[in-house]
Amino acid sequence: MRRFYAILIAAALVYMLISFISTVPSYGKADLKERVSDAFLSKSVNAQNTKAWMEGKAIHRQPAKEIYGKKVKEEGSANVVTSIVVNYRSFDTLGEVTVLFTAALGVGLILGGSRRKQYGREANFVLKTSTGILVPLIIMFGAYIFVHGHLTPGGGFPGGTIIAMASLLLYLSDEKFFLSKASTGALEGSMGGTYVIIGLLGLAIGGYFLYNFLPNGVVGNLVSAGIVPLVYVAIGLKVGAELSGLVTDLHSEKEG
Amino acid sequence: MVFWISAILIGIGVYGLLTQKNLFKQLISLSIIDTAVNIFIIAVGYVDNGKAPIYSKAVPKFMEGAFVDPLPQALVLTAIVIGVGVLALGASLLVKVKEKHSSIDVENMKGVGE
Repeated sequence: MRRFYAILIAAALVYMLISFISTVPSYGKADLKERVSDAFLSKSVNAQNTKAWMEGKAIHRQPAKEIYGKKVKEEGSANVVTSIVVNYRSFDTLGEVTVLFTAALGVGLILGGSRRKQYGREANFVLKTSTGILVPLIIMFGAYIFVHGHLTPGGGFPGGTIIAMASLLLYLSDEKFFLSKASTGALEGSMGGTYVIIGLLGLAIGGYFLYNFLPNGVVGNLVSAGIVPLVYVAIGLKVGAELSGLVTDLHSEKEG
Repeated sequence: MVFWISAILIGIGVYGLLTQKNLFKQLISLSIIDTAVNIFIIAVGYVDNGKAPIYSKAVPKFMEGAFVDPLPQALVLTAIVIGVGVLALGASLLVKVKEKHSSIDVENMKGVGE
C-alpha cells in the first residue's frame, strides 16, 4: 500500500515538472543573445551597460570577432567555463572550496582516527605491481588536467580528484600505507591560503578582491590568462590533498 | 527529450526516498535527484550544433550559435562538487549509525525508540 502511494506522489511530481517544461525554451533552441552568457563568450562583460541590463532592456548584441590566438584585454583563457569559474565568479569558487573543506572536516570529525584500519587481507600480486607503475602516471595525469585547466576541459576539481584516486589505489594495495594528517593538512592549508593571498594581492594592486593583476597574454598559450592557472593549480593541489585526507579518514580508526 | 529524462529521474529519486527503508538507498536516491537536476540545468543551455565553449584552432571566432551556453556548465561544476561533499558526509554518518545501532535498515535498528 505504501508503495502505491509513493508511486502516486512521484507521478504527481513528475507530471507537475513536465507541465513546467513548456515554460523553458525547447531543447537545443536556447537563445544566448537574451542571456548574459553572450557577454561571457565574447569576453566583453566590462563593455556592458549594466544599468540597461538591470532594467531589462537593451540586449547588447555582440559582434563576431576573432579570439583564439589574439590578445584580449579583458580575459585570456581559451576555456570559457574556466573563465567564468575562476575569473568572473572566482568568489563563488572560493565559497565552493570552503564547502568542500567543511565536508572533509565533518568526515574527519566523524570517522577520523590516528591508526590505519586493518582488514586482514593481502592484496594480490597484480594489484601490488601495477600500483607501482600506475601511481606516478595517475598523479602526472591529474597535474596535467589542472595545469591545462584554462585551455582544455577539466580544471582544478577533476585534477585534484584524479590525484586523490592515486592515494586510494595506494590504500587498496598496501595494508600498512598511511598518510599522516600533518602532510595532507599542511598541503591543503597552504594551498587554500595561497588562493586567499592571490585574492588579497588583487585587492592591493587593482582594488578588487581576486582582481586579475597579471598580464593576459595570447589566448590559447599555456602561459596566459593571468592568475587563472595559478588559482587552478592551488585549487587542484588543495582538492587533491583534501580528498586524500577524506580517503584516509575512511580507512582509519580510533586508538584503543 | 532530455527534460523528460530529468523529470523522470527526479520521480525515481522521490519514489526511492519514500519507499526504501535502507538509509544508504535513501542517500543514493538523493544523489539521483542531484544528478537529474544537473542534467536539467545543462540541457537548458544546449544550442543545436553548438560546440563546447572552448576557443581552439577549429573554432577560433566568437559567433552567434557557435557555442553552447557556458554559464549552466559553470554552475553545475559547483553543484557536482557540493554533491560529492554531501554524499561523503552522509556516508560517514551512516558508518557511525551502523556501528551504534548494528544496522542501517530503519526497521532493524537496535536501541531506537519505536
